[in-house]
Amino acid sequence: MKTTKNIKPVLKIKDLKKSFGDNHVLNGFSMELFEGENLVIMGKSGSGKSVMIKCLVGLMQPDSGFIEIEGRNLTDLKQQELNILRTEIGFLFQGSALYDSMTVRENLEFPLRKQKINAIDLENLVVETLDSVGLKSAIDLMPEELSGGMKRRVALARALILKPKIIIYDEPTTGLDPITAKEIIELMKDIQLKYRTSSLIITHDIDCARVISNRMILLIDGINYAEGTFNELLANKDKKIQAFFK
Amino acid sequence: MAISLKISKNIQSFLLEIGELTYFAKRFFKEAFTRPFEFKELLRQCFNMGNRSLLLVGVTGFILGLVFTLQSRPTLMEFGAASWMPSMVSISIVREIGPVIIALICAGKISSGIGAELGSMRVTEQIDAMEVSGTNPFKYLVVTRIMAATLMLPLLIIFGDAIALVGSALIENLKGDVSFLLYFNKVIEALKFSDVIPATTKSFLFGFAIGLVGCFKGYNCKKGTVGVGEASNSAVVYASMLLFIIDFIAVFISDIFFEI
Repeated sequence: MKTTKNIKPVLKIKDLKKSFGDNHVLNGFSMELFEGENLVIMGKSGSGKSVMIKCLVGLMQPDSGFIEIEGRNLTDLKQQELNILRTEIGFLFQGSALYDSMTVRENLEFPLRKQKINAIDLENLVVETLDSVGLKSAIDLMPEELSGGMKRRVALARALILKPKIIIYDEPTTGLDPITAKEIIELMKDIQLKYRTSSLIITHDIDCARVISNRMILLIDGINYAEGTFNELLANKDKKIQAFFK
Repeated sequence: MAISLKISKNIQSFLLEIGELTYFAKRFFKEAFTRPFEFKELLRQCFNMGNRSLLLVGVTGFILGLVFTLQSRPTLMEFGAASWMPSMVSISIVREIGPVIIALICAGKISSGIGAELGSMRVTEQIDAMEVSGTNPFKYLVVTRIMAATLMLPLLIIFGDAIALVGSALIENLKGDVSFLLYFNKVIEALKFSDVIPATTKSFLFGFAIGLVGCFKGYNCKKGTVGVGEASNSAVVYASMLLFIIDFIAVFISDIFFEI
């Protein structure tokens, strides 16, 4: 396992709890994401992975617990401060979530609207970011003209355009064919090297987890059930852990 | 017992929805007057709502004027009051029929359009994507649409009323040999500020209601793609209902101030 003792965490979650009525989704989940690492979180459907990442970016309020990003406690932040913090986090949605009414260029320009960037620099930034995901030629296309894999790439470019320190991937390979999924995984690795981001990856895809993870967490029964490298978890004899690798 | 329980649940959810709509409206007023303002998006929405509804409103207004005149003519002729036609048609259309019919048409087009658009943005996580990129989606999507509807509806209603009067003048010209100049002279003579001002004021309220309900239903859409259909459909139903309530209140207040 890669040592993380001397590396500072960019993201800390402690004792996070969230319920929907009688359904206790998160029961005191804790974790840390260290600078420059790829942390994969796996769990069954409905185990609370998406709820957890929505709490991370303030899309959902936890019932209790502590979330610290870049040394700032999320619950203490005002809306404006939260919006600034959000620009340091890139988020790749499961369904890409590209804005249907905008072209690829406008989708990428959207997060930069409120920043004072002149037209030439903006154009260069958009082209450069699209180039880094291999889709420079799609700049004037509408989302409906793109394939599933291309949409995922554009969404990744949009998440990257603000040069975030942390990227959260929500099921990055779901719904893609195996070849495209492999391309996306390779792209995620390249991006991590190029932009030096810390990545939090939520996935069901065991191949994705094996290739990309430095460390893994298994989210079972709303808690951090097991933690370690892919091989350490693979070697674990616990039945609940083994169920993920079958 | 089961029926009364169901009725009480329905009443409860209806009241809850009214409460949520009121809270949504309050949030609109709070966000509409605080920086940053989304002028570019507001203009885009004004163009979309205004320009894309022109043809529909024009055709509806024209047919409304034609039919109204054709239907009223025989009765007025019977009483020897055919010369009152321009006054009667203009007052009816400008005061009541024009604003209500055009607002209902716009509720069908604009409110359902907003409901479906925002609803699909909600279920495909586009609104969440906006929020995590540091943009306030309420300000960008909701405030601009409600403001655009509020500003555009009076213009659409004025346009629709004018076209309806053209339609009416055409019938009068063909059937009664009344020249367009004479017809519109009589229209202008008949119309007073007390006809125009309340009608224009309530058309702003109609626009606000159409935008508000469409945005409320779409922004709070749930249950996936089924929810998008429901949001679009219920936006039209709620907006239409709200239009009649606003109309009743507006007529009641106008009666106090202008003695209709």
